[in-house]
Amino acid sequence: MHTITLREGADLDGFRQAVRRLAAARTAPDKVLWSVGAPSLFGDDATPASDNGAPIFLPQAVGQLIETVVCHSDPERYALLYRLVWRVLNGERALLDQHADPLVHRLERLDKAVRRDIHKMHAFLRFRALPPAPPGPDGGERYIAWFEPDHHIVEAVAPFFVERFESMVWTILTPKGSLHWDRQRLITGPPAERPDALAHDRFADDRFAEGWQRYYESTFNPARVNPTAMRAEMPRKYWANMPETAAIPALVRSAPARVQAMLEAEAAIPRRRMPEKAVAAMARQAPESLAELNRLIQRSEPLVPGATQAVLGEGPEGAAIAIVGEQPGDQEDREGRPFVGPAGQLLTAALEEAGIDRGGLYLTNAVKHFKFVQRGKRRIHQSPTAGEVKHYRWWLMTELGFVRPRLVVTLGATAALALTGRPVAVLRERGPMAFDGWNGFVTVHPSYLLRLPGEEERRRAQAEFVADLRRASALA
Amino acid sequence: MDDALIEKLGILADAAKYDASCASSGAKPRRGGKEGLGSTTGAGICHAYTPDGRCVSLLKILLTNHCLFDCVYCINRRSSNVRRARFTVEEVVTLTLGFYKRNCIEGLFLSSGIIRSPDHTMEQMMLVARTLRRDHGFAGYIHLKTIPEASPWLIEQAGLWADRLSINLELPSDHSLKAFAPEKNGGTIKAVMGQVNERIVEAKEERRRFSPAGQSTQLIVGADDATDRSVLETSGTLYQRYGLRRVYYSAFSPIPEASSVLPVKPPPLQRENRLYQADWLLRYYGFTVEEIASGGEGGMLDLGIDPKLAWALKNRERFPVDVNRADREMLLRVPGLGARAVDKILSARRHTRLRMEDLGRLSSGLRRARPFLIAADYHPVGGLTDRLDLRQRLVTPSSQLSLF
Ligand code: SF4
Repeated sequence: MHTITLREGADLDGFRQAVRRLAAARTAPDKVLWSVGAPSLFGDDATPASDNGAPIFLPQAVGQLIETVVCHSDPERYALLYRLVWRVLNGERALLDQHADPLVHRLERLDKAVRRDIHKMHAFLRFRALPPAPPGPDGGERYIAWFEPDHHIVEAVAPFFVERFESMVWTILTPKGSLHWDRQRLITGPPAERPDALAHDRFADDRFAEGWQRYYESTFNPARVNPTAMRAEMPRKYWANMPETAAIPALVRSAPARVQAMLEAEAAIPRRRMPEKAVAAMARQAPESLAELNRLIQRSEPLVPGATQAVLGEGPEGAAIAIVGEQPGDQEDREGRPFVGPAGQLLTAALEEAGIDRGGLYLTNAVKHFKFVQRGKRRIHQSPTAGEVKHYRWWLMTELGFVRPRLVVTLGATAALALTGRPVAVLRERGPMAFDGWNGFVTVHPSYLLRLPGEEERRRAQAEFVADLRRASALA
Repeated sequence: MDDALIEKLGILADAAKYDASCASSGAKPRRGGKEGLGSTTGAGICHAYTPDGRCVSLLKILLTNHCLFDCVYCINRRSSNVRRARFTVEEVVTLTLGFYKRNCIEGLFLSSGIIRSPDHTMEQMMLVARTLRRDHGFAGYIHLKTIPEASPWLIEQAGLWADRLSINLELPSDHSLKAFAPEKNGGTIKAVMGQVNERIVEAKEERRRFSPAGQSTQLIVGADDATDRSVLETSGTLYQRYGLRRVYYSAFSPIPEASSVLPVKPPPLQRENRLYQADWLLRYYGFTVEEIASGGEGGMLDLGIDPKLAWALKNRERFPVDVNRADREMLLRVPGLGARAVDKILSARRHTRLRMEDLGRLSSGLRRARPFLIAADYHPVGGLTDRLDLRQRLVTPSSQLSLF
């Protein structure tokens, strides 16, 4: 008979070492006695042997089950787990799929109990702010909690709390061990006792604890009182560490009377307040002018990544032609004005050639922010996605609604998409087009001209662009 | 946090409590790291339960309970005489962070009465979410109750910050909406649902974050005369057409300061439960509204038994079902077998022919399932499913049946 003595608590390492040795020696489960917590000198096999057995290969699900079940407080857990390992190693690789097998069934229940305990600790643990003196290392707040788990889960819950409260300094004390996080390192400590500072009646030190109790009382609906359902999910044993639960007895006691009072109360005579006010308010929806719309856009968050500022439309309200580009580029983003970069200069030149006064046009973009990725010092333009264009669509349409041009000219595919709501093949469909509510005209974006490789090609494309602008101008 | 703020919290939590749609599930993983605060996991956590058995997961409050509208079922309608209060954006932020740091909540569920104008109200709510995320690196859950009458750009902005957006339809038909919520408009509400759904779908395709936990809505049951069938038909449409994650059902609850238009007596709470069960069957068990409604009478679900059992009792010729041979669809229709038990059965039966004893380990609902099953060592005697008292036997707890 082998006696294996493991550490108090969830001794995953000890169990793993033992299993390796036992498996290597082909020791059957009924030849092993597992015990916990006795000083290690007393077991014949107990000293963590230096001849670490070779790792054994187990299906992933088995490994996961072991990790959880070792946390259980059932003294038989190791014996049960070793029986599982033994059977898996001896031909029953898929044993865990056999949910109806008594051993599997029992282990699944242990697994479930541990998971539930972990979940409840994540849920029901309450931090309390410690009085600021002495200040924490960074002078900030410090938090402390006391909790009594059923199983050895203190280390298992640590990742959750570290991830969630990484920016705080906190301590969690339990009778099964403690955790301390200083924003850098996690220190595990010995079992603790409930500190006086966390006695049940002292929650009032932290006004948030008091506020939380008020919240809890107020969010309860007496017409639906059902303490059994509450206790099924939040058994009494947890209450001592939750400030809000102090309110439960009174809430339950007074519920029937509160409901009765509501049912008996005469239907209240409505204090008639003027419905006209509500209706008027509905009609008074901002924005009421282009300037107001622009302020709104300026203070809003960009709906594409990048951008230092919103680039608004420019030009007179009532302009005969509105030109809609894709989005501001690098230079536009710096200066806060549309069409001032290389493509903008090309547009200005083309307008001149077509004999159109740029100052008489309204110029704007479908997307109001510069979308880019940073590559070293350079900010590389990224085309907005169809979804991003739609985020901006209401702004664009409202803007055009204030400008009221006779013709809307879209430059490039993005602008055409914004106006039509569908993908447009610009080179094939260039020319007049009815937009939703507007007379429209589709042409290329000047940056397309900049990208053309050959001199000759570019000259031809430019001439076509100028011709488009002339046609558009004539239409307006 | 001073007395005045605690007092306001009391009023504005009380005013928000009738909204049931406050789960914190479905978020994409997110963490605040060293500079921010918090994390979201997919599942969401209930940090407490109130004595009504409801889960407390999010800080559920109104920005204000002043309201220009006059929806009769609502305690905050302008004609009600309740005490009013109003938070500032900063106050909501302080409360959310303070409670979050104490591990009381998963995040914030913010709704509001309509003050000044729908746009103003919605912008304040959006600013709360923006301040939390941008200025405090808050990575907890944020659920905003959208105001459908607000301008579309506010929705576009809100979706950047919120994990979930929701718009309450409240009443299943346009005609009840007109009668009970005169300033609201079913068409407007659905148009916004459409807008939100479109953005969510696009963002998902383009791998951007926009209301990543989807959208939900709430329907109030028992305030108007809608049948369960028509409520479920509405839900079915909402799931299909607007891609809603969840429809919440809230049995109309008596409120202080009730309007005389409302029924005095609230509907049985059981009705709400049955609707949730039916909704579940609709979404995960392959039932149609028609099938579910056929289990009850006159378009109403049977309050005494769950809708799956009700359906089975009216379709006895399809039972018993052989657990060792039936397909997944049919196993899912067996009363007492949940989806998880069915999956365990499917995987276990590849290794062995299942007997009753095995099933006892796979499912906790075996007592109810028994008359509808065939196992390797069991066949319901004398066509148990034909017995007239089957319903009775199944609803009475077994402990009362055993005489010795
Ligand atoms: S809009 Fe209607 S439901 Fe919303 S708070 Fe106002 S009265 Fe209540």
